[in-house]
Amino acid sequence: MSTLTIPHVVPSPQEDCEKLHTAFSGWGTNEGDIIEVVAHRTAAQRNAIRRTYHDIYGEDLLKSLDKELTQDFEKAVLLWMLDPIERDAALVNGAVKKWSPHDRVLVEIAVTKTANELLAVRKAYQEKYKKSLEEDVAAHTTGDFRKLMVPLVSSYRYEGPEVDSGLAKSEAHTLRKHIKDEEYNHEEVIRILTTRSKSQLMATFNAYHEEHGNPINKDLKKDPKDDFLFALRSIIRCITCPERYLEKVIRLSMKNTGTDEDALTRVVTTRAEVNLKEIKEIYYKRNTVKLEHAIKKDTKGHYEDFLLALVGSDEE
Amino acid sequence: MADETLSLKKAFSGHGGFGVDETTMAAMVAKWRKQPDQKSRFRNDFSGFFTNIGSIEKCEDDYLLRLKTEFSRFKNIMVLWLMHPWERDARWMHHVMHKSYPFTVIVEIACTRTSEELLGAKRAYQALFNHSVEEDVAYHIKESYSKLLVGLVSSFRYEGPQVDNEMAKWEAKALGNAIKSGGSGKLIQNEEVIRILTTRSKRHLKATFKHYKELHGKPIEEDLGANLCLQETVKCIDKPAKYFSEAINTAFKEGADKPSKLSLTRVIISRADVDMEEIKETYHKQFGVKLEDMITKNTHGHYKDTLLTLIGK
Repeated sequence: MSTLTIPHVVPSPQEDCEKLHTAFSGWGTNEGDIIEVVAHRTAAQRNAIRRTYHDIYGEDLLKSLDKELTQDFEKAVLLWMLDPIERDAALVNGAVKKWSPHDRVLVEIAVTKTANELLAVRKAYQEKYKKSLEEDVAAHTTGDFRKLMVPLVSSYRYEGPEVDSGLAKSEAHTLRKHIKDEEYNHEEVIRILTTRSKSQLMATFNAYHEEHGNPINKDLKKDPKDDFLFALRSIIRCITCPERYLEKVIRLSMKNTGTDEDALTRVVTTRAEVNLKEIKEIYYKRNTVKLEHAIKKDTKGHYEDFLLALVGSDEE
Repeated sequence: MADETLSLKKAFSGHGGFGVDETTMAAMVAKWRKQPDQKSRFRNDFSGFFTNIGSIEKCEDDYLLRLKTEFSRFKNIMVLWLMHPWERDARWMHHVMHKSYPFTVIVEIACTRTSEELLGAKRAYQALFNHSVEEDVAYHIKESYSKLLVGLVSSFRYEGPQVDNEMAKWEAKALGNAIKSGGSGKLIQNEEVIRILTTRSKRHLKATFKHYKELHGKPIEEDLGANLCLQETVKCIDKPAKYFSEAINTAFKEGADKPSKLSLTRVIISRADVDMEEIKETYHKQFGVKLEDMITKNTHGHYKDTLLTLIGK
């Protein structure tokens, strides 16, 4: 569920645009006003503001924001202001351009979305970048990762609830065989994980656990530093429990050794209107600290204010 | 008398060819009414259809099966014509895995349809069969060309006008290297070959093939070896009219098998509203004979009439 707080009476797009325009003008920028507007509007309202701003002032609002804001705050606001599907396409493009086996973004976006959502991202990607998402992923990844990532981002999974339990057992068996032989990159492993429906895969993972004693992710931890195994485990977690997976991403982004602002921004902006509430609950259960407190501790300035506005607080 | 026998034979597809001539058959029923001798003479004269076991006359089982097909050609083409193109494509792809249609049908559909048409076919497939076509192809087809097939069917190619010419040149070189280094057996599983053929836009690929020809002095098809899947993929992307014209022609060849014959209906139905004019021109250039004439010569009855209407005279 969304964690946004929208005012009872929402100002018109024109009023919002005037407030933003005033916030930009003169020396310095009124970041507080900017946050007050953008962090408390839904995606549809934000799109309306962008359109209206262009109509009134003849400029793309994002360009103005780019000029006025800086650093992590700017990155977060720009990402937030994009239409959600455009945002995912932009995140993928960013991830692809600087791809390394450490990348976490492609799996996250490809697997936590529904088939039609992922398709919408692929369409948006083509419009924005004049290439298909899969051709860019294919061209920027190599070896085993390419074998895994291209089918993953190209998948158009069946979304029905039907499960073939005989098939689940046999494919669990196949997975077990290759995992035991440490053939993690085997064709069959990739085929099963990248083509089967999510319902079928959940049944397969259950069958794996029942028949072979361990949850499948436990058997994929042979080398905790191996990026390919990490990718496989992430795929499985994104299918079985995406909110827990995202909680971990947020938690790790604020470790003692410094904050990974990109990851934190990404999860907060992509989830604030989707399931950030559930992720917050999991965060609290796991860490006995509220997410907003962790953010307060780990971030500062306008970036902190912006994140807190999106994350919301139960104390209000 | 001999003429009647001949025309009735032909009506039952007795001289090869497709479809049956129901009008002639119905006329014969009227003509030979109460003339069992006539019928007996016909049976003895038509050894493909009828045979004798001792003194018992019987139908040849093989011929009966063929006849069933010929009677249903018209029914099939009518049903297919009325079906939504997405459902058609979905069912044809399903037949590859469940009715032994040749795998090239999947290449054909994945590579000659637009991105949106292919997507529609995939949605129809899911609605009809409760599986994604990707999972079925990956699961049921375990051949050297599986990876290429799955990649082709998963594609959602960019369709805009932008082409990175430098990249196309580079990829033409990469294809050349892949061809030089692997035998044709390995080529079908070569990562770069698969990546380029299954993810790049069609415009990009046409540019790439053009550069290949300039670089190596011959079209890439000549260097792909006997690799059917690769050949058909390149043809479908680069010269679809040629691909379709050849697919139609295999149906007319002497001794054409059932799948080849099926391609006649499939190609004409699926392209009638798309690029039939171009296919006709290509056919004429390639085989020196008009498509209308080949159809008139080789098919019968309502099936023939429908085909001729669909290709536009």
